[in-house]
Amino acid sequence: MSQPVTFRRRAVGEMDTPKPAAVGRAARRFMGKRQWAVDDFTPMEETRDRARMIRLHTLANLHTYLDQFADSVERNGGQVLWAADAAEANRLISEVVGRKEGSLVIKSKSMVTEELDLNAHLQAEGHTVVETDLGEFIVQLAEDHPSHIIAPVMHLTRQDIGELFHRRLEIPYTDDPEELNAVARRHLRRFFLSADVGISGVNTGVAETGSIITVTNEGNGWLTTAAPRTHIAVMGMERLVPTFADAATIVEVLARSATGQRLSVYTNVVSGPRRPGDPDGPDEFVVVIVDNGRSRVLSTDASEILACIRCGACLNVCPVFREVGGHAYGQVYSGPVGSVLAPGLADFAEAVDLPFASSLCGACREVCPVRIDIPKLLVHQRVRATRENDPFKWLGPGLALYGQAAKRPRLWKSLLAAGRMAGRLKGKDEWFHRLPFHAKGWTRSRDFPPPARESFRQWWKENRSGT
Amino acid sequence: MSETVQLFVTCIIDAVFPQVGRDVVEELERNGAEVEFPADQTCCGQPAYNAGHHRESTEVLLHNLEVLDRTGGPIVIPSGSCADFLIHHGPRLASGDPENAAMAERVAARIREFTSYVSEQRERASVEETETRDRSPTRRAFYHPSCHALRGLGLRREGESLLESVRGVERVEIEGAEECCGFGGLFALEMPEVSTGIMNTKLDRLEEAGVEMLVGADAACLIHLEGGLRRRENPMQVVHIASAIATGRKDRP
Repeated sequence: MSQPVTFRRRAVGEMDTPKPAAVGRAARRFMGKRQWAVDDFTPMEETRDRARMIRLHTLANLHTYLDQFADSVERNGGQVLWAADAAEANRLISEVVGRKEGSLVIKSKSMVTEELDLNAHLQAEGHTVVETDLGEFIVQLAEDHPSHIIAPVMHLTRQDIGELFHRRLEIPYTDDPEELNAVARRHLRRFFLSADVGISGVNTGVAETGSIITVTNEGNGWLTTAAPRTHIAVMGMERLVPTFADAATIVEVLARSATGQRLSVYTNVVSGPRRPGDPDGPDEFVVVIVDNGRSRVLSTDASEILACIRCGACLNVCPVFREVGGHAYGQVYSGPVGSVLAPGLADFAEAVDLPFASSLCGACREVCPVRIDIPKLLVHQRVRATRENDPFKWLGPGLALYGQAAKRPRLWKSLLAAGRMAGRLKGKDEWFHRLPFHAKGWTRSRDFPPPARESFRQWWKENRSGT
Repeated sequence: MSETVQLFVTCIIDAVFPQVGRDVVEELERNGAEVEFPADQTCCGQPAYNAGHHRESTEVLLHNLEVLDRTGGPIVIPSGSCADFLIHHGPRLASGDPENAAMAERVAARIREFTSYVSEQRERASVEETETRDRSPTRRAFYHPSCHALRGLGLRREGESLLESVRGVERVEIEGAEECCGFGGLFALEMPEVSTGIMNTKLDRLEEAGVEMLVGADAACLIHLEGGLRRRENPMQVVHIASAIATGRKDRP
């Protein structure tokens, strides 16, 4: 059976590029800011508890809140479309966009449309798609993929971006962030003014009011949802909260955890199409609710991962993510949350090794604004992996022997004795420089200690037992 | 007043670093405990658990729970990781059967991580350990908090205080002190390059801070870091906190 390209292989490839260095720096910077924002907000811990309750309650009653949300959107004059998978979502979105041939579509940041590969789909149908979030705009220019939930170009340095703008936008090279920003703004402005359709993601949908909330730092989200005649909001099925007050709680922990801000610069609330007397807003407001594997995840013991509010803090704090960057995961969602979510959303076998891309250090659990026990969920996914399509089959026999021996003290002692024999190949205090088979992985970069000549239990037996 | 404690020594200390086990016993006894060693203990079961092989893990766990459940008093473990496993994951793993679940809870309630237990012993006995440091040369020592002790059990200060009480040692900080060392159990074999990358970040920071002595309370992290240091031919001394305490005492004039 052929294994797909593994995380390990991709990681090794990525570690050979300058990307992880950029990621490590940016991720640590984000964590520093987060710490400031957490310390700044006295009731942070209680607010996290409340946010967690809100999200778990919503998941437990998702059906009810989805119905309520759909009713509210329609009451406000919007339209709701349901998509079971990526293909259906793309088809539904195409139908709305395709009413006019060769539409100009502008987008604000949305990870769920990355799941759908929506841009490629719309472009293949003859539409023009322009990303307006600065990071996503850079990704699009570079024909790259986002490497982080909220910071799509975390893997690039400003020099990389300067080079890219110089090459693709034909401007003189600069790596001054303000100048680059101004270039992007000038470039994007004409699209804002002439776009036919705006497509946004949804940070939080509010069941009670039928509102969708997006948070941005650039104002592009607002322009995308207000300027074009048609606004399509694409929402992952689980992104709801019951009430507006609940949404406020989520927004409160989101920005602090994500970027270390008290609030994002723009918190954009859309509750339906333009009403008579409104100065702006779209004539048409369509919400596409996307399942794409979420129901499946909801029925597994990793369902809690759907409580995630996509702040990215678990990526920023993760030693593995910092070392390899987001692209090593080979999935839309990377880092600890992606390592649980991706195998659930995708064909499990396709991302079966991602749950193992963690030392289970627990740092993600500590920073998660809704206190998801990510390490626990990673282990759940590992159990499923070993049963269905074990990516580390070679560990099986060793673990089986361990399992047998470690419940039989006499057999265990014989194993220890055999280990000591091997240890005698080495002089005192001399460590192994090279071990055979899969243990090579260890000794390629680390020495390994030989077993002691006398185990603790032997010493105890000879010196202490019976005293 | 002497308290009987059970020592769960951990498989690594048993097989690879028996001296650490002896130093643990010495420290516990010096603080007035009576130490027993249940002879049929093997390993807590964590390696198989983290690898996703829960049948093997459960069987190993249950054997050791039975061994420990037959004894009395606190169970002291010189490893935050094994202690965290028996406290937080054992009960979950054993939850399939009500009797096993009850046994796992009983044992979990008795588990004490070494630095935490010793700190409490010293407090109870009002042991004044801090000595003047004027006569011995000072070595720069960093206490690696270890992820499972730190985030699983909320321990860090306990071990640091113990280290500060050791003669001839100055405790220093490094950047990113609470970051993982990259060991992660079988992770180090499953993803050796990534594990090494994380380790190298840690080793670089230890070197940058001029650390001469690396101290921790989890032999697994210490094996990993010492293995990397030896490969770099860096002579930094790597010691378990129990041995640091014992050595400090023997060095006393």
